Amino acid sequence: MDIGTAHYLVLSAILFAIGMLGIVTRRNMIVVLMSIELVLNSVNLNLIAFSYQFSDLTGQIMAVFTIAVAAGEAAVGLGILVALFRLRSTTELDRAMELKG
Amino acid sequence: MDFLVTNGLALLFYLFAFLAVGAAVLVITLRNPMYSAISLLVTFLSVAALFVLRNAEFVAMVQIFVYGGGIMVLFLFVIMLVNLHRLREIQILGEQWPLAAVIAILFIALIAFVVFTTSFGPVNPIPERLVDVEGEALGNVQAVAWSLYREYLLPFEIASLFLLVAMIGAVVLARKE
Repeated sequence: MDIGTAHYLVLSAILFAIGMLGIVTRRNMIVVLMSIELVLNSVNLNLIAFSYQFSDLTGQIMAVFTIAVAAGEAAVGLGILVALFRLRSTTELDRAMELKG
Repeated sequence: MDFLVTNGLALLFYLFAFLAVGAAVLVITLRNPMYSAISLLVTFLSVAALFVLRNAEFVAMVQIFVYGGGIMVLFLFVIMLVNLHRLREIQILGEQWPLAAVIAILFIALIAFVVFTTSFGPVNPIPERLVDVEGEALGNVQAVAWSLYREYLLPFEIASLFLLVAMIGAVVLARKE
């Protein structure tokens, strides 16, 4: 039994789909931000799998950059969340309708 | 015992893969965001273990420190700051979640079909390229550092600038008027 790149790609697709499902269906903004982290994690799995497949360190370097971007995104997203909560006293996305979205 | 020895890596992969997927499902289905955050932590740690199984020890440690440490603490703090008990979610999912779930399953099936009908060739044809720098054998951390500070120095500096901007942005957003 050998675990190849294909297994990692399918696992990554499953995590991506779950994260995407959370982004489009959940109404609580905190959980939506967590789902974005899930999607970024699945991207990292892809990068690491291909880095191993082709013996190329570039994938691991890019994974480090993805983690840096995820950290910045979480900080800004949670800042927006706190600002929204201060304005609306809720974290439900359907209640933030200023942009008519 | 022989089964465990010969298939140990595959069993570890399946263990951590199921942990990651199960915890990810819990993240988007649990009602209490605090429980979602703990499930998310389980997913992060499982993914870090999967990184180790692919010889990416440095990225695995960064994953544990940044995700399991930094981002998780940020999430927990904001949940405690924001999510008061009176904010009961009556309906946690939007109306169209069955359609979204069907599309997600179709997406997974499509990717699985494409990936398993593709031949990727032999894994790791040149293993020395991962650890060898200028004739000297290095560990994964040294090899990543070598690559990061030579070939990717400019992106690295831009990433630090990006983190500074994100930090300032978060402070400005969360500041009281």
